[in-house]
Amino acid sequence: MIVRSQGFYPEFERKAGRKRTTHYCAGCGHGIIQKLIAEAMADLGIQDDTVFVSPVGCAAFCYYYLDCGNVAGPHGRAAAVASGLVRVIPDKIVVAYQGDGDLGAIGFNNAFQAANRGDGFAHFFVNNALYGMTGGQMAPTTLAGQKTTTSPYGRDVVSTGEPLKVCEVFDQLERPVYIERVSVADSKRIMKARKAIRKALEIQKEGKGYAFVEILSPCPTNMKADAMGAAAFVSEEMERAFPLRLFRDRSGEEPPRPIEVEARSIDDIVSADYEGDAIDDLPDVRERRYKFSGFGGQGILSLGLVIADAASEMGRHVSWFPSYGPEQRGGSASCSVVVSGREIGSPAIDHPDVLVAMNQPSLERFLPTVPPGGVAIYEESVPLEATAPEGVTVHPFPASRIAAENGAPKAANTALLGCLVELGLLDMPGEELRRALVRSFAAKPKLVEGNLAVFEAARGHARRELL
Amino acid sequence: MRKFAKGNEAVTIGAIYAGCDAYFGYPITPASEIAHTAAEYFPPLGKEFLQAECETAAINMMYGAASAGKLSMTASSGPGISLMQEGMSYLAGAQLPAVVVDVMRTGPGLGNIGPEQGDYNMAVKGGGHGNYRSIVLAPNSVQEMCDLTVRCFELALRYRNPALLLADAVLGQMMESLTIPQGVMEREDPSDWCVRGDPDTRENLICSIYLEPDLQERHNWMLQDKYESMQKEAMSESYRCEDAELLLTAYGSCARICRSAVDALRDEGLRAGLFRPISLYPFPREELNRAAAGKEVLVVELSNGQYRDDVRLHLDACDKRLELANRMGGNMISVDEVLGRARAMLEGSS
Ligand SMILES: Cc1ncc(C[n+]2csc(CCOP(=O)(O)OP(=O)(O)O)c2C)c(N)n1
Repeated sequence: MIVRSQGFYPEFERKAGRKRTTHYCAGCGHGIIQKLIAEAMADLGIQDDTVFVSPVGCAAFCYYYLDCGNVAGPHGRAAAVASGLVRVIPDKIVVAYQGDGDLGAIGFNNAFQAANRGDGFAHFFVNNALYGMTGGQMAPTTLAGQKTTTSPYGRDVVSTGEPLKVCEVFDQLERPVYIERVSVADSKRIMKARKAIRKALEIQKEGKGYAFVEILSPCPTNMKADAMGAAAFVSEEMERAFPLRLFRDRSGEEPPRPIEVEARSIDDIVSADYEGDAIDDLPDVRERRYKFSGFGGQGILSLGLVIADAASEMGRHVSWFPSYGPEQRGGSASCSVVVSGREIGSPAIDHPDVLVAMNQPSLERFLPTVPPGGVAIYEESVPLEATAPEGVTVHPFPASRIAAENGAPKAANTALLGCLVELGLLDMPGEELRRALVRSFAAKPKLVEGNLAVFEAARGHARRELL
Repeated sequence: MRKFAKGNEAVTIGAIYAGCDAYFGYPITPASEIAHTAAEYFPPLGKEFLQAECETAAINMMYGAASAGKLSMTASSGPGISLMQEGMSYLAGAQLPAVVVDVMRTGPGLGNIGPEQGDYNMAVKGGGHGNYRSIVLAPNSVQEMCDLTVRCFELALRYRNPALLLADAVLGQMMESLTIPQGVMEREDPSDWCVRGDPDTRENLICSIYLEPDLQERHNWMLQDKYESMQKEAMSESYRCEDAELLLTAYGSCARICRSAVDALRDEGLRAGLFRPISLYPFPREELNRAAAGKEVLVVELSNGQYRDDVRLHLDACDKRLELANRMGGNMISVDEVLGRARAMLEGSS
């Protein structure tokens, strides 16, 4: 087919073979549709501003012809590619062009979701009731009873459903601004298609939102007809399933307003916790491995975090690793904290130097893993049934009681922190941990006072009873 | 300046300092905190965040953003990364920069959310169709989750190729001190290749179609030359290797476990070292051979020998014993297990 048109390249340099004819079969609707798009782009003066996304299908080579920016991606994904484009070049004009296999089948959800989001692009949907490129297979839009290479007995609606009416489906969505179904089967219909295509592009020029135009299009080759016969099939058969009409035009209405997000600086967002840069090795700091364990909700993870934060503030190497996935069974939670003077190897701990256990399952599980010389501290009310390994010091500690007596019954974890400090197991001054504890309640300042009371009471108790 | 941060958050911080323009992604454990932090941090910085309808959409949105010369990213885990493979191939074929983060969980199928390294082949061999490669970097700390994210963007842009940060559930969930990068990465003007709806780029074309076999072949050779030229970007770390008799090798969180094992073996007077590839593609081939020269090798991984096969492939001579210690299913390999295997090898050889 020979097409000369404004908005087309004067010669089709990207195409092999003849440089003035398109690759489309005689009577194919794609060439006409692309010509209408090209002329509209030229008339609206938007070729410099337009990025056109080609589909995979017979129209994969729109970029041979359309004189604007061109992008070609995977089969079915033109809408998703356009959704990505409009988000990074919101002031430009983005056009996506898809066939009925491309959009109606493999890429339907991407198109549907783009329409539902109201992504600001012009979306042209070419419905020829079959897959052209791959040899005339059945498309979602194939008519009931229509014979194709994959429906040789005719499309059986019992097993393959009714022709998919994309305009009617998209018309259920709130955000599309414009939805119309047109046809290029004859010159009268082409004039209407021309207007619809123009309108969709104007909506883009004005930045008004998502515009969808379905275009019924003849495919003589796969409809097994000459140009006239294929056009008649479109007008007579296809239009019965896919009536031509304007479904909506909301281009005169005000679009909804986005939620305003206040601009912030990177420094504000990535707020630093500590001064200074990379951590140096500290040969005097011995490596200690801590395991904190209990029921979820007992504050086990936060107890580990307060200690990790204090050590990190002091410029030590620290890792904090929560129990995770298969390790997290029966409502128990645990975390491993390693504090070291040198780069830390494994953040997971097989043998904790210090075990803190707040419930029985954790005590039973982890106590046997504590190596000789290690210390285990557990909530006093938990019955100790396991025997401690040789050389392991075991301290029951009334954490819950101290917390309750000091008016913060949920702060048993903080009581254990006080105990650890006092026993010298954290190798850090109490003052550092007190500060880390306060920092940990930055978002809940009301809890600071009670927790500090528990912390100090627990230190006192540990000093009196354990040392 | 430092921050105490989770590995997943460190990725988002890295992306911010790399100047990433947009995040497109679909939620999946154990990668979701990357989306959560990007959703919170990107909009106030004027960057785009969009939760896509699926991973296929996300990778194609990235294709669109990259076509316009912008930097975009996504983060996911095995099932989602599988869905993105077609898109990765198209990104590579069309020579577009994009960064994909895989916080590996277990498989095959749905698996569970524990750590595994079973996506090695999919990541390193180019899991999609055709003759392409992704740049693959494997962090082993919260700091590297950030720094190698920046590096992924840098390399993706330099080579106009997708880059993958291959992390795992341990690295995503753990917290460590993070030294915050200084200043946002600078980048070159993409005007000569991108298509962003202006007169400068109107003539450009983003596509991966070459109907003529000779042209497609030329394109393929050009890509192969490009991949070859990436070799100079190989990164690795050798730890206590010089006088070692036994070389442990592992990447990602496994390398952390091996580091502890090496220290413990050295404390026992046993001479072990660790070779850790930081880039998995390009693979630090020379460095591995240097580290492994004359030593027996114990490969440690959370997969079925996928990494071991590559170690074999890249060793010029493989006349010494090479063994595999591995776990799967969300079980981490313990330092004890590695020690047991290493001691047995060291004793067996003396
Ligand atoms: C993932 C994938 N699956 C299948 C194909 C093969 N394929 C190319 S075009 C096409 C169908 C095109 O039909 P349609 O979208 O109706 O466009 P038409 O050719 O009729 O214009 C198919 C199935 C592909 N390129 N990629």
